Amino acid sequence: MSTTTSTNVAYGGAAARPRVGLLNRFQPSSLVFIGMSLVLVVLIVAPLTALIVKSFTDPATGGFTVANYIDAYGKARHVQALVNTLYMGVAVVALSLAFALPLAWGCSRTDMPFKSFIRAGVFGAFIIPPYLGGIGWILLAGPNSGWLNRAWQGLTGSEASIVNIFSFEGLVLVMAINLYFTMFVLISAAFEMLNSELEDAANILGAGPIKTAWKVTFPLVLPSILGSALLTFLVCIALYGVPALISIPARFPVVVIQLSEFFSYPLRIETAAAYSIPLLLITAVLLLLQRLILSRKGYTAVTGKGGERRMVRLGPWRWVLFGYSAFVVALSVAMPALVLFMAAFSSSWVGGLSLSNLTLQNFNYVLFEHATSQQAIVTSLGLGAVAATFAVLLALSISYIVQRKLVPMPGVLGYLCMAPFVIPGIVLAIAFYSVYALPPVALYGTYTILALAFVTRFLPIAYTTGSAGVRAIHPEMEEAVRILGGGRLYAIRKVVAPLLKRPLAAGWLLIFVPAAQELSTAVFLVGPKTRVVSVVLLDMTEEGEMEKLAALGSVLLVIITIMVLLGIRLLGRDFMVRRS
Amino acid sequence: MGLELERLGRKFGAVDAVLDLDLVLEEGEFVSLLGPSGCGKTTTLRMIAGFLEPTSGAITLNGRVLATPAGTVPPEKRGMSMIFQSYAIWPNMTVAQNVAFGLKLRKLPTAEINKRVGEILEVVRLNQLADRYPSELSGGQQQRVALARAVVIRPEVLLLDEPLSNLDASLREEMRFEIKRIHDEFRITSVYVTHDQGEAMVTSDRIAVMNHGKIEQVASPFELYNRPRTKFVASFIGRTNFLEARPAGERLEFDGFNLPADCCESPPPQSGVVFSMRPQAFTLHVQEPATVNGPAMKGTVLERAFLGEYWDYTVRLGETTSIRTVAPPAAVFEVGSTPWVSLDQRQAVQMH
Ligand SMILES: Nc1ncnc2c1ncn2[C@@H]1O[C@H](COP(=O)(O)OP(=O)(O)OP(=O)(O)O)[C@@H](O)[C@H]1O
Ligand SMILES: [Mg+2]
Repeated sequence: MSTTTSTNVAYGGAAARPRVGLLNRFQPSSLVFIGMSLVLVVLIVAPLTALIVKSFTDPATGGFTVANYIDAYGKARHVQALVNTLYMGVAVVALSLAFALPLAWGCSRTDMPFKSFIRAGVFGAFIIPPYLGGIGWILLAGPNSGWLNRAWQGLTGSEASIVNIFSFEGLVLVMAINLYFTMFVLISAAFEMLNSELEDAANILGAGPIKTAWKVTFPLVLPSILGSALLTFLVCIALYGVPALISIPARFPVVVIQLSEFFSYPLRIETAAAYSIPLLLITAVLLLLQRLILSRKGYTAVTGKGGERRMVRLGPWRWVLFGYSAFVVALSVAMPALVLFMAAFSSSWVGGLSLSNLTLQNFNYVLFEHATSQQAIVTSLGLGAVAATFAVLLALSISYIVQRKLVPMPGVLGYLCMAPFVIPGIVLAIAFYSVYALPPVALYGTYTILALAFVTRFLPIAYTTGSAGVRAIHPEMEEAVRILGGGRLYAIRKVVAPLLKRPLAAGWLLIFVPAAQELSTAVFLVGPKTRVVSVVLLDMTEEGEMEKLAALGSVLLVIITIMVLLGIRLLGRDFMVRRS
Repeated sequence: MGLELERLGRKFGAVDAVLDLDLVLEEGEFVSLLGPSGCGKTTTLRMIAGFLEPTSGAITLNGRVLATPAGTVPPEKRGMSMIFQSYAIWPNMTVAQNVAFGLKLRKLPTAEINKRVGEILEVVRLNQLADRYPSELSGGQQQRVALARAVVIRPEVLLLDEPLSNLDASLREEMRFEIKRIHDEFRITSVYVTHDQGEAMVTSDRIAVMNHGKIEQVASPFELYNRPRTKFVASFIGRTNFLEARPAGERLEFDGFNLPADCCESPPPQSGVVFSMRPQAFTLHVQEPATVNGPAMKGTVLERAFLGEYWDYTVRLGETTSIRTVAPPAAVFEVGSTPWVSLDQRQAVQMH
């Protein structure tokens, strides 16, 4: 089937014949193209350009200079932060893999018991934002007063702490429990495409289930493992929330912390820009690498669904696997969430479990007394909703225009939509700051700059969902409307829009959840009046108000969980899984 | 009047998908575009519908210009209907809503809409399923919805792009006659795209055989089979033998026999001429036949196959020529035997 434009492009128009009547020669397509391009320029091209330009700009004179780079990378401390970051990234990827791989295999390829329980648990790891997971672990494993340490002291009578979250190991653990979710999803998807006959072949030759898994199954999903590992690495090195909580007390400086230092008083935006360019380059190169790995078809037999898929029988080992999975879920979701809730209901989080320690005062405080946190909840939810709405509508319109080839050079629009994918959140904040915060635009401290930045940050997710949605609608569906006498807009209203409802809602939620919890970008763009929950939470940690912080975090978690459950109810269990 | 395609052409880049195509459909006529994959059938149909602009030529409907390279009337203003290969039934609407869609667009009164939807669903035997959603229908039923939806607005032209290619063989057979029946009932000018000659022959008043973006011949199915103009048409529709002759005075010399020169419609060039002779133009005999309509000669059976309803023989004539012919089940000749072969020269058609 040929895909064609039906925009009535006039060819040259030279040989017009006198008989020609009623010919539609209007060309709205170029207007649409210009409009969409402008929006994308505002959201993506301008900030990125500004970032690069700023990195070469002398702050005093405004002239060209490379001094910013010397400033940024001239100090051993600054270089050390970059090295530390890469080191941390590798460790986090390794630990995430140790979490994600057995769980993914267990849930999709074996007869492990209580799979849906494990799946739900892993899903919880997606809902809990990294900084809340981090706070949970500070409550659990802070030196001396952490619950695990006190439990140990209570049991043994010793004075020593057994765990200290403020360490390199602690940092890696908290990172991994927050990031293994993506790996789990991607690797599970690969396992689910796998054909049982490949495993049967190995079984027949005498390999047991574990050996088969090791020799046959894992090599086949290796590309997905590598791909998701690269992705996790990138998310890890760009994540701000966890290092902000842990890396400073752990005396383990990383890039994002260094960037925030450039960003605090005295503000050195040019140096920050220069310092972030390598991060941008690393991301771009690794993403390219990931694409190459995943597109090497000959490497893998995972494609195609042929043959039936049977579960591997593990015998008694299935309980071992279940035990491990439950342990991972406990580390990543159950334990941090539980202590967070418990602290939220305590007058003093070190006070232990007793009736006298039980209180609702913390909730009363964050919901009704403390003006900032009240306001922050509204701001976060509102910004999340606005950003999700705009991103989804923009992405759907662009997906539609691109796939129906309604404009010249549709590919350009598509690439631009995916471009923010290579921009770490914190770098995006610097880029947005460079172009929109200062005069002449002077959006610093407004909701607008936050909303714009969030739309940009989540545009790739929206575009991926939107494209899949539009692709599922056969162009003939619309052509059928047109030939019966309806215009293109009528076809969009009566057929395309109703059919896009589901991807629209799914995309909206997929963006709302992370946007309402966003920290990496928000932290540098909020003003005194536009603070979002994540930023308020971070400030509360610095003030040491753990109980109130826990209460605010719990409120956020409950709201988000309700939204997600509603989404699952409306859209089915799988709607979250179509992430790329 | 009717639908006129005049020197119609469409380029994709440097490639001519359709080139200098001339075709006139009378009002109410059913014409098929028949041809191998990639010959430009869909491109032609989509130009008629208005989804593609021609790069040369013109399309007119009842005297009104619909498309030239200078501009086109958009599909929604052409008063046509189309049945798509994917059916394109809207999954968010019931059968009745799908069918009523075009009528609502024309702002007909509700009572009239309901009446016409009811009538057409009766015609395609779907009245029981009016409130179902498309996902609850079989392929054949979906096809009928598409048919009803397209016909109910009483379009000036009905376009069909391989509407049966997604159905299984028996259903396809049934739907062929269904389409024919509906056309006979409403007499809508129709253009039917297919690469299945059986489909084209059952449904069409005339068939346009296309090859490489051009029409090779337009004629009724009977004419197309019996008087093909080109080798492409002769071999695309049914099976045939191509035999070459050289003119020699009043006769045409073939390998092993000859025919009077007036078998040619036009004077044959000295270099030679090719004839198409269908398998049934030849008849096998045990003894020398008394011929009336052509020559008879001795042949040698090279191969044979029994297909139940007939024998399929390969017979050598003259020095090097071998032909395929068919014979009734009772006409048994062993391989290597040398029966008499008679030719009905009225069935020898000169190729151009
Ligand atoms: N949008 C397009 N861009 C470039 N070339 C095209 C396009 N659409 C069709 N073509 C080319 O034009 C030629 C005719 O295509 P068309 O779809 O009309 O063939 P068809 O006769 O319908 O074949 P089929 O029986 O396979 O459907 C083909 O060579 C095709 O590759
Ligand atoms: Mg076609």
